[in-house]
Amino acid sequence: MALLEIQNVTRRFGDFTAVDNVSIGIEAGEFFTLLGPSGCGKTTLLRMIAGFDLPDGGRVLLNGEDLAGRPPERRPMRMVFQSYALFPHMTVEGNVAFPLQMAKTPAAEIGAKIAAALEDVRLQGFGKRYPHELSGGQKQRVALGRALVTHPAVLLLDEPLAALDAKLREEMQIELINLQKEVGITFVYVTHDQTEALALSHRIAVMNKGRVEQLDAPSKIYGFPRTRFVADFIGQCNLFSGPVAASGNGLVTVDVPALGPVRVATDSKLAPGRPATIALRPEKIRIEATAPADTPDNHYRGTVADLLYMGDVTVYRVATPGGMRVEALLANSQSGRAKFFEVGDAVEMSWSVEAGHFIEE
Amino acid sequence: MKPKSISAATRPRVGKWLVTGPPLAYLLLFFAIPSLIMVLASFRTPGEFGGLAPLFEEGRLDLNLDSYVRFFSESIYAQIFAKSVWYALATTLFCLALAYPLAALIAKSGRRYRDLLLLLVILPFWSNFLIRVYAWMIIFGPNAALARTVNGVLAWFGHEPVPLLFSSFAVLVCLVYVHLPFMVLPLYANLEKHDQALLDAAQDLGANAWQRFWRITFPLSLPGVYAGAALVFIPALGIFAIPDILGGPEDSLIGNVIKQQFLETRDWPFGSVLSIVLTIAALFLAGLAACVARGNLGTPSSVKAARA
Ligand SMILES: Nc1ncnc2c1ncn2[C@@H]1O[C@H](COP(=O)(O)OP(=O)(O)O)[C@@H](O)[C@H]1O
Ligand SMILES: [Mg+2]
Repeated sequence: MALLEIQNVTRRFGDFTAVDNVSIGIEAGEFFTLLGPSGCGKTTLLRMIAGFDLPDGGRVLLNGEDLAGRPPERRPMRMVFQSYALFPHMTVEGNVAFPLQMAKTPAAEIGAKIAAALEDVRLQGFGKRYPHELSGGQKQRVALGRALVTHPAVLLLDEPLAALDAKLREEMQIELINLQKEVGITFVYVTHDQTEALALSHRIAVMNKGRVEQLDAPSKIYGFPRTRFVADFIGQCNLFSGPVAASGNGLVTVDVPALGPVRVATDSKLAPGRPATIALRPEKIRIEATAPADTPDNHYRGTVADLLYMGDVTVYRVATPGGMRVEALLANSQSGRAKFFEVGDAVEMSWSVEAGHFIEE
Repeated sequence: MKPKSISAATRPRVGKWLVTGPPLAYLLLFFAIPSLIMVLASFRTPGEFGGLAPLFEEGRLDLNLDSYVRFFSESIYAQIFAKSVWYALATTLFCLALAYPLAALIAKSGRRYRDLLLLLVILPFWSNFLIRVYAWMIIFGPNAALARTVNGVLAWFGHEPVPLLFSSFAVLVCLVYVHLPFMVLPLYANLEKHDQALLDAAQDLGANAWQRFWRITFPLSLPGVYAGAALVFIPALGIFAIPDILGGPEDSLIGNVIKQQFLETRDWPFGSVLSIVLTIAALFLAGLAACVARGNLGTPSSVKAARA
């Protein structure tokens, strides 16, 4: 059994269901992320884990014990708030000491524990400062140190990096990964930022409208999105829909209007005539000026309709003769050359049968 | 030709004087100058039939320390002073104890009820101060329901009946009643701004309701507490109408003595001395409170505890 079990948890506000029958098992030592657009119920779920809110249905178990009767102050979990929620009238030391004092830690041990916590979050020498004397990143570290000082079983983080600028956020992401490895505490992390979720997590639950759409490792979430929502929400994705034309020998052909027949390798059996949707990441598409020398599984012609130069990569939108737009991504690996094609260039697109996969509708 | 920058620089200064000038002139005319007149009066000799004796007597300036000597040599005045401070202090503490839960309730209630509750707090201001004090005279009167109930209960225990009116009790109750809004409003203004996330964080870190109040809410509300205390303590220290109307002879406070000096005894210099001492005492106590407030905010108890 997992360390933290969320079983069929539901929360309604009036006739609006914010969290809809969610079941998740989170293992000890895991960096687990709840990912989803704003308003999908992430905070509501996190607050029910922390005990600030109670589910209308379902249970939250920690080490097999139902937490229903326990108020937040008696749950061995700590929450890091998006606003940091540092006590403005206490110094950094006072803030970090607070949970120790609440836990009736002997005064003789408090000093050493504060020092250790401040070292963990690299804030040695800041103990005497007040929160208003700290930068955003430093406040964030104090909030982390304060939450970790009593070594909780689970740390809950609600979009902790959302208020930081991009550069600092990346730095803090690396620190969070290291910190989690170092302290070995289970992290339940909430974010709406898919790159952050992919970078940090061992596993991700993608949420939409109060439900979990997919729960998987980051590479699975990215490489094999199971639903249209996940494919769309996590990075860019081409979605081709059409009726199944042929099926057999682990190969399914879908007749995509405005593009042509698309072949995909799959184990699932799809009866001909049945509608299907294929997800294909832009970077899986090869685009060339001339027809490929080999005979690729899927091969189409088009012209570059528009392009987006992003520095490391360029995104090309290729229009097919049938009027479909296909997005392809090319790394600008040759220095000094911004892009390979210009708008209006005729190009040849190709990809293998392994590149795409079917999603549920 | 005059450089443009100078006229541009003088214009805001003119505007500043236009804005700050009238209130400054008002304060100078009706506060600073009268205060100086009072200070001067405290060194002069009382006139034979009240007022002040001429400043120039037989060609020399008639200024002396007689009134100050009198204040410091007769202990009765220091006693009345101490009693006034005591009443003002008690009023402040009772107001704080009553206003804190009320202000917290208003700050926590929904938008619709909040305005209604605030209206109820300031509603007494709509009727005249003296009328409200006289109303208490009726409430405390010997034939009113309150006195009869109290004395009925006392008689039941075989106790002599007590008068409620013209007592320290009546004075204190009315002092608290009159000053309560001045404590509620600054406390409410402070509590209303508190961030719920801080209380959530404290709870998450293991604090129960009592600890959340004492470690988070109360320390953060101290500016409101000090503002309310100053707004109650200073006027309560100089009050004379309430002891006059509701108190007995024992309840004469410094405000009553000052009024007496000017209107009955007609010893203006001595009245001035008492007023000056009252002003200095109020300033001193307010300054002391400010220092305590700053010290408290500078080193919260949590930090001291953490260092220990
Ligand atoms: N106390 C509440 N009362 C009514 N609706 C709420 C309450 N809390 C959250 N909601 C609603 O529930 C939905 C999910 O909110 P939330 O969990 O904060 O989303 P997220 O954190 O994913 O952005 C939102 O539509 C929000 O308006
Ligand atoms: Mg949220």
